[in-house]
Amino acid sequence: MTSSRFEINRRTALLTSAAIAANVANPFRAFAQETPRKGGVFNVHYGAEQRQLNPSLQASTGVYIIGGKIQENLVDLDAEGRPVGVLAESWEAAPDGKTITFKLRKGITWHDGKPFTSEDVAFTAMNMWKKILNYGSTLQLFLTAVDTPDPQTAIFRYERPMPLNLLLRALPDLGYVSAKHIYETGDIRQNPANLAPIGTGPFKFVKYERGQYIIAERNADYWRPNAPYLDRIVWKVITDRAAAAAQMEAGELHYSPFSGLTISDMARLGKDKRFIVSTKGNEGNARTNTLEFNVRRKELSDVKVRRAIAHAINVPFFIENFLGDFAKLGTGPIPSTSTDFYPGADTPQYPYDKAKAAALLDEAGYKRGAGGTRFSVKLLPAPWGEDISLWSTFIQQSLGEVGIAVEIVRNDGGGFLKQVYDEHAFDLATGWHQYRNDPAVSTTVWYRSGQPKGAPWTNQWGWDDAKIDKIIDDAATEVDPAKRKALYADFVREANTELPVWMPIEQIFVTVITAKARNHSNTPRWGSSSWHDLWLSA
Amino acid sequence: MRILSLAGRRLAASIPTLLLILIGVFLLLQLAPGDTVDAMMAQMGGGDAATARELRRFYGLDVSVPLQLANYLWRLVRLDLGFSAIYGKPVAAVILERLPPTLLLMTSALSFAFFFGLVFGVIAARGVNRWPDTLISTVGLIFYATPSFWFGLMAIVVFSIYLQWLPAGGFEDISTASTGLWRVLDIASHLVLPSLTLGLIFLAIYLRIMRASMLEVLNLDFVRTARAKGLDETRIITRHVLRNALLPMVTLIGLQAGTMLGGSVVVETVFSLPGLGRLAYESVVQRDLNTLLGIVFVSALLVIAVNFITDLLYARLDPRIAAES
Repeated sequence: MTSSRFEINRRTALLTSAAIAANVANPFRAFAQETPRKGGVFNVHYGAEQRQLNPSLQASTGVYIIGGKIQENLVDLDAEGRPVGVLAESWEAAPDGKTITFKLRKGITWHDGKPFTSEDVAFTAMNMWKKILNYGSTLQLFLTAVDTPDPQTAIFRYERPMPLNLLLRALPDLGYVSAKHIYETGDIRQNPANLAPIGTGPFKFVKYERGQYIIAERNADYWRPNAPYLDRIVWKVITDRAAAAAQMEAGELHYSPFSGLTISDMARLGKDKRFIVSTKGNEGNARTNTLEFNVRRKELSDVKVRRAIAHAINVPFFIENFLGDFAKLGTGPIPSTSTDFYPGADTPQYPYDKAKAAALLDEAGYKRGAGGTRFSVKLLPAPWGEDISLWSTFIQQSLGEVGIAVEIVRNDGGGFLKQVYDEHAFDLATGWHQYRNDPAVSTTVWYRSGQPKGAPWTNQWGWDDAKIDKIIDDAATEVDPAKRKALYADFVREANTELPVWMPIEQIFVTVITAKARNHSNTPRWGSSSWHDLWLSA
Repeated sequence: MRILSLAGRRLAASIPTLLLILIGVFLLLQLAPGDTVDAMMAQMGGGDAATARELRRFYGLDVSVPLQLANYLWRLVRLDLGFSAIYGKPVAAVILERLPPTLLLMTSALSFAFFFGLVFGVIAARGVNRWPDTLISTVGLIFYATPSFWFGLMAIVVFSIYLQWLPAGGFEDISTASTGLWRVLDIASHLVLPSLTLGLIFLAIYLRIMRASMLEVLNLDFVRTARAKGLDETRIITRHVLRNALLPMVTLIGLQAGTMLGGSVVVETVFSLPGLGRLAYESVVQRDLNTLLGIVFVSALLVIAVNFITDLLYARLDPRIAAES
């Protein structure tokens, strides 16, 4: 058994390197000369098991990576990042922005054979998106009803104007539809389908062994012609990053999504011809590293001190030496991947300047005291990734040089959220801000005052600024796309001037995938998308 | 019969201990900042306050801590381990799923460590202060001093990536879905590397203990008598010395069954095995109190059972123990 296994691996390795040699110049070139091959099993690294797999109930990459193949959304993003219909064929907004009508695709059935209709959309929107789905409950706050005049039409009615552009940017993530006939009886949160999802997607759920694997197989009745190509997808639960890298190398995994491996392993596998390591296909999952200031603290309430702290940290040096090619200099809360809203770098920036930092601190009245220390602060780093851990140590050392003593307090996930976002027991905190394609979905809550205490990833810094609040509120209901973009440029300018949160590094998740995969990484949220066109070359 | 009543008394005495452990773990986890809803929010990557409030009610976290503890203990009295927040099903079912890999790994690692510890311990004792002893002791020390995650990763690099002899992780091969004997062989091949990794550290301890107790017994009077009787050396070792030297080893195994449950977290993580250790770790990170307490409860039962067996073994190895008690 062992020797035959070895042979197969050697042979596939040779074939793979031959295929790569032909495509080494541009690994993403269209493989026009190749005919898509049906069949094959695609093995995916699954790093953190979730409590459920239904993307109508939980918006996170850990759910999309599985549920996004089984259930489908109304709208997804195309290769250029524009909204493209999936379950919805077309859409139209009334001039006042208070009604948005979706025309649904005909002839789609659920995996159990029942037809998909507008009733399903109305049920999901009112009971899941509006009530349970994280981010969804904010987005759909003013949704009052979904009318279903016929099985192919769903009319969303809003109390206040909903920019069509905002809804379409949000729906790829927050627009997954669940079956009404599965969920209408009983408690939605405890429905067995949450762990054995039933959808309309290209793959049907087969089995979930907790702690081991999840299997889905080809949906023979899928509505797109000739799709999908793969026979099966197997998600293997591997919590240890180094072990996952080893399994990639041993050929037991084909794909590790969302920066699932260590920075050094990703860099190492990037040099290996059997793999493609890239940020492509993750543009829709951009994130920024943050530095959050608790302005209840007297020293940090002074904008001069916040600016001095930003000037004291050499961000380009940190990126070059610790993060490498997978990160770049950030310019504010809206990352450069957001083609619709990125205002450019022409907003207040804080380049590395130690002398200026010292001068600002002196000016603010915090002169160096005994031992050269001006004051000391507590920094809480989030435990999400090794970059945050490195970044917090870098902050500590950089601020030490300008006379601010930093004590780092490390917690696990639950502890971090509790202490920062509920108990406000921090001076500085650092983590990720995940941008979700529209500032109104993910970003403005970091700056808008009046966020309820305990809501994670929102303004819990004690920051209250009427000017920023007004811009945010105006932009959220502005239906003219050009005006909206201008308002968000004002927002970034104001945020960078006052600096309640500093977002100096931009990162995109890194994909590690076998060079045998075709039609991969071809949309900005590919890891979350349905993989209906993905295939494996021989 | 006597030994059984002794064991029965011990079993009864362990109930208050078990209760104290459960209450202790419950309170310790209350000291950790954040609850299971915070952990869930962390996993989701965001949510609002209304969602959080709703979830807290759903998980029964909206009542005071003493009331939560009282609820838990009252359920336990009725042999109900409760409902797991992360798994969405009864804790008993979750644990039952995870128990077989853990027990398999524990048994194979312990047998490996026990057998080779014994053999190498005897060889080292027989060649004391000569090269076999020095070699075995040095290698044993290296095994003992090396962290098991490193061992595991190196084993994967050598045997899975480079030589491609054994699978790099997981409990069984899901692409082939084999049955019967093939499945047994498949699972066995997946357990070779983890068992060796987990066993090596214990092997080092056992061989040191075995060596020391062999040396001690070899100097006792009855060994001299046996030699004077004209028995050959191999017969003396196997029939007379070994049996007496085994007692400390058996004690150690009884004690270490618990350690091994804890120590397997690292090995289970590196080899992606669905065992109890990883479940426990996950429950702490996810603040899933019910699951964690359930694991503590089951582990305590396991340790009690192992100690019970150890007691029986004592009596078998040394009849005087049963007679005296």
